Amino acid sequence: MALITFDKVKISGLAACVPKNTIYNLNYSTLFDKESVSEIVEKTGIYERRFAPEGMCASDLCYHAAEKLIDDLNIDKSEIDLLVFVSQTPDYRMPATSIVLQERLGLSKSTACFDINLGCSAFVYGLSVIYSMMQTGGFRKALLLDGETRSRVYSPKDRKTAFLFGDGGVAALIEKSNEVGKSFFSLNSDGSKSEYIKMDAGGYRFPSSVETLKEKVVDEYGNIRSDEHGYMNGADVFNFVISEIPKDIKRILAYSESELEQFDYFFFHQANKYMNGYLQKKLKLDSDKVPSCIEKFGNTSSVSIPLTMVSSLFGKNYKNKNCFLSGFGVGMSWASCIINLYDCHVSELIEI
Amino acid sequence: MEQKFITLFKEAIDSENDQISMDTRFRELDEWDSLAALSIIAMLDEEYDIIIDGNKFQKLETLSEILNYISENK
Repeated sequence: MALITFDKVKISGLAACVPKNTIYNLNYSTLFDKESVSEIVEKTGIYERRFAPEGMCASDLCYHAAEKLIDDLNIDKSEIDLLVFVSQTPDYRMPATSIVLQERLGLSKSTACFDINLGCSAFVYGLSVIYSMMQTGGFRKALLLDGETRSRVYSPKDRKTAFLFGDGGVAALIEKSNEVGKSFFSLNSDGSKSEYIKMDAGGYRFPSSVETLKEKVVDEYGNIRSDEHGYMNGADVFNFVISEIPKDIKRILAYSESELEQFDYFFFHQANKYMNGYLQKKLKLDSDKVPSCIEKFGNTSSVSIPLTMVSSLFGKNYKNKNCFLSGFGVGMSWASCIINLYDCHVSELIEI
Repeated sequence: MEQKFITLFKEAIDSENDQISMDTRFRELDEWDSLAALSIIAMLDEEYDIIIDGNKFQKLETLSEILNYISENK
């Protein structure tokens, strides 16, 4: 059972960056009738999203978030010994984007860099990997860079996904600290459900070809996409979330000997308002404790948890708050963690 | 039991259609779409404490078939 405890490691800073380019969902597409679009928008609660313009990558958003954080906290770059980039929309198939970012951020050649390829669970997974490496004592400061350009993954002609996804990038600084207590993580996977959210072609199992780029009608509703677009079976995902996430929450609460009432904030992956609302109701959580940014940024995959943290915590008194984080999605992969914010610095959200 | 189920079904998909009965093939309703499917799945979880697998749900055609599924899996 992947349940783990860390001691004396903390997030000491958090910054986020989104593209300026704003998409208004109600006017986004003329392919679908107005009535069904407003129904989708109302039910998913996604009114606006940010789309990276052509040429802008997830790593660009992360780069700007990282520079903002480094600047705000006056960090000596030579002290950053570890950089992990989590994303499923990297710059290249090779080399790893984390290494591209090492050079761009001007970090030393003795920085450990690697990428983690996960979706909506990736921020929590990434934290667990960095916490674990930090605990060895061999690293002074670590950067977790988490970025997505999910807007490019899905077909604008497939109503099941056309109105949901947006782009963003975040940077988290992680350090050891003797004043910090324990944090707890639960990490899970179920490959039997890999067809729930998937992009079939473009990897090495089903390589890119003229055929995989052809758009075709894929269902009785007339939705159109190619094999290189992502697809999602919303009903299956919904089922998965309402059955697995409450179970995982129970498991990590029992493991950490804590109770739901002890938390100041619950940061859930921002899937859509309907699913998140249902989860919140099922867990009987007070809505004041469950911040959301779904209406402004949509579903930004792994970025959605830290983006919600930055957009809801900036300017508030969040010191020493107990937080519960839970990410779930493509894989299927899901992860939860219990952390305290201590003296974490949250930078103002930036736009490029 | 049946009447209650019809009421819950109509509430879930936000319909006031009086023609909906146990024999209705719900996938043919104007109100039916992928969001309606989520609402029914949520209603089954909330009201009957049943989480139905997507593949199994796909095979159900009428309201009575859903109700049968509920009684077989209670």
